[in-house]
Amino acid sequence: MALTEYKYNDIIHRCFRCGYCKFPTDWDDVTNCPAYARYRLESYSAGGRLWLIRAWLNGELKWSEHLANIVYSCAACKNCVEKCPLNFSDDIVNMVIASKTEMIEMGKVPKPVKDFLENVQMHGNPYGISARKRDAWMDGLKIMPYEGQDFLYYVGCEGSYDSRAQGAAMATARLLLKAGVSFGVLGSNEISDGNEVEMLGEEGLLEELAEKNIKQFSDLGVQRIIALSPHSYNALKNTYPKFGGDYKVFHYTQVLRDLIETGKLILSKRPKTRVTFHDPCFLGRWNQEYDAPRKILKALNGIEFLEMERNKQGALCCGGGAGNFLMDLLGGSDESPARIRARQANEVGADILAVACPNCLTMLEDAVKVEGLEKKIKVRDISEIICDSDGKNF
Amino acid sequence: MSSIYHALVDMVGEDYVSNQPEELFTYSKDLGTSEPKWPEYVVVPNTTEEVQKIVLFANQEKIPIVPLGGGMSLAGLALPLKGGITIDMKRLDQVIEVNEKGRYMVVEAGISQGKVTAYLHKHHPNLMHSEPGAPPAATIGGNLAIHGQGDLAHPYGFNSDMVNGLEVILPTGEIARFGSCAVGSGWFTMHPLPDLGLFLGWGGTTGIITKVSLRLFPFKKFREMDQFVVEDEELVPEILYDLTHLGLSEDLIAMSSEIPPLYDRLHHITINVTGDSKEELEFKRHISYDLTLSKYIRSGVGGIASVSQDIQRPQISKSADWKKGGGFEYVGSIMPVSAYPECYRRGAEISSRHQIPYTILGRVIGCSHGMMFSWSYAFNRADPETVRHASEALQETDELVMEMGGTIWKPAVFGQKLILEKMDNTTVQLMKKVKNLLDPNGIMNPGNWELD
Repeated sequence: MALTEYKYNDIIHRCFRCGYCKFPTDWDDVTNCPAYARYRLESYSAGGRLWLIRAWLNGELKWSEHLANIVYSCAACKNCVEKCPLNFSDDIVNMVIASKTEMIEMGKVPKPVKDFLENVQMHGNPYGISARKRDAWMDGLKIMPYEGQDFLYYVGCEGSYDSRAQGAAMATARLLLKAGVSFGVLGSNEISDGNEVEMLGEEGLLEELAEKNIKQFSDLGVQRIIALSPHSYNALKNTYPKFGGDYKVFHYTQVLRDLIETGKLILSKRPKTRVTFHDPCFLGRWNQEYDAPRKILKALNGIEFLEMERNKQGALCCGGGAGNFLMDLLGGSDESPARIRARQANEVGADILAVACPNCLTMLEDAVKVEGLEKKIKVRDISEIICDSDGKNF
Repeated sequence: MSSIYHALVDMVGEDYVSNQPEELFTYSKDLGTSEPKWPEYVVVPNTTEEVQKIVLFANQEKIPIVPLGGGMSLAGLALPLKGGITIDMKRLDQVIEVNEKGRYMVVEAGISQGKVTAYLHKHHPNLMHSEPGAPPAATIGGNLAIHGQGDLAHPYGFNSDMVNGLEVILPTGEIARFGSCAVGSGWFTMHPLPDLGLFLGWGGTTGIITKVSLRLFPFKKFREMDQFVVEDEELVPEILYDLTHLGLSEDLIAMSSEIPPLYDRLHHITINVTGDSKEELEFKRHISYDLTLSKYIRSGVGGIASVSQDIQRPQISKSADWKKGGGFEYVGSIMPVSAYPECYRRGAEISSRHQIPYTILGRVIGCSHGMMFSWSYAFNRADPETVRHASEALQETDELVMEMGGTIWKPAVFGQKLILEKMDNTTVQLMKKVKNLLDPNGIMNPGNWELD
């Protein structure tokens, strides 16, 4: 690969490595880049990574498994984009993704990345589980296939297959049913939205997935979509229009917020509970939606809402983005970002760490267990918290 | 894997040692114009004890070691000029103590400036430290290793004047404490003996600073930045003399810069004013402008460029992108304030000769006892010709500083040699004795301040 062919050849050298990208919005510490927090070597910081990519493209460094791990350890959380003071900052994550694309085209990626992408290609999901089992999450629920209802409820791979995330998928469906929302699902016909594939730099597979999904949506007449996962929300809202798929896309918290505000979803009282919220990167920094989840939580009777110090634009990523919820390049340490985040949630004295993303749900629940905090703090999706209150109604 | 690698892994754990090309490449590079210098190992310790083990081992094996803070000196001062082990200090980042009434805090030396600022803002909002203009990732220890100056330089001097005590690991591995902490009396004063000057400003060539007691100062709730502007550079020293006579400002900076055009050929004097009430601010404005600077306004040679602006953290990194190239480096110097006009004129000439937009800035240190004067040179990292120009401009500026009778602040190796050439021989010999005594095997950041 020559630098001259690289998409961001004209700006990759402009990073000064000043380190603003490591901080949250309040300068609390240098540990708000999840990969840098995990490894604390400059090579894993956003600036270090850009310098390494440039050195590889220039021929100063050869490709290595270690180089690829550094590149793929970027969780695409956009903390760097948020903090960098220079005017090319919008493209920092894009520069990393483009380098991943180059590695894929050369056939040189770490094995976990290869496995992830092969599974999506072969099975339509990164877990490598049969597509026939994709609708297992809705066993026992009376959910109709999408046949022109007002909304398509797009569950995504994690909500469909991951046993923990399935709980969030079910809870959201129950709330939509309870509020009388007209919706249907694709069931076993659903395939990956391609958001992680895009973040991993596999442009060809992204295009294939987007085209398949768009064709299916067009055939069914889909116009409005409720996404369980912020990752799906991001792909459907921001990436699909580039492939001709233009839909009105909602994250489920936006829909629930509206249902609560219009009185269509009545909330029950619950015992007094202290709740904090972890902003998902693909809802927050990628799509600037910080209010909907908070409005829901603050509307719940009995809940005392506590904000973690690092929140909204300054939230620490759980480390699950860009496929890392499965590839786990940021795991295996006390300083894994999900474990740091679990400790931060515990420090504010919350009983519940609320999330609005199936990736965050699995990452943080695992982290709470590893930290030995499960008796102090529970990780619950917002939809589950509402259902906990209203459990008797279902 | 080598025995050295395994020894380091035993000391700090596998995650925090590397001898892989990717880390060695990263730590071989400075942000300025310096040529890369490759370490053989990079290690990121978490405690003083881990640093001590590394130093004891390196001294025994006679392996060069280079302590690295935020890497913001831009002068290549933490590049491993003779290979060896780069010790990234940024995991030593804890606040150990804050004494609110005694106005000091004890921190580990790898803590970032940004973290100290945020910590004080959250937990001790009546206190502040003198924050340098460097990005917030700069560390407390790294800043002191180059003396440092920050936004309280006018009332309180260099950052190295604001130290109440130090913990240092000597090149032979002993942990030494200096100041009242050495006699178990807390960290409230730098006295008694010995003087901290053995380590402050030595660029990590005499030991590794691991803990620092920093003096803190009142943080006033009402804060504003004003700017006074003149066209004639000859007026700047006089204006600064007037303002330092008043002693009402927290920070005084004079600057001129080709970019943005608003600053070109003009001299903006930034005056940070703070108070505990609006009345106090109004009083300070009245004294400063109505009674002191008004004579320049009335005579038509000066004017108020802005008042009541928020005091914001300088984003000096933006200078690095002026050539859309991610690079800049500056010569810092300590000069008499009276040298401002010549510093400006001759600095602008050097910039012009090398086709670099000029940026010239002087921050008042103390009561006009001196000025930290900087000439910045932006370059395009992807264009070797602009890097060469910046490098040459830096060396010409080093020579200019010495020619004008100033002294170079945090000099790169080129500037260090210029200083040593002019330095009194007795002083050089004393420095040599100190270094040899502290570091008999010459392992501490060798290549910097070479006295042989």
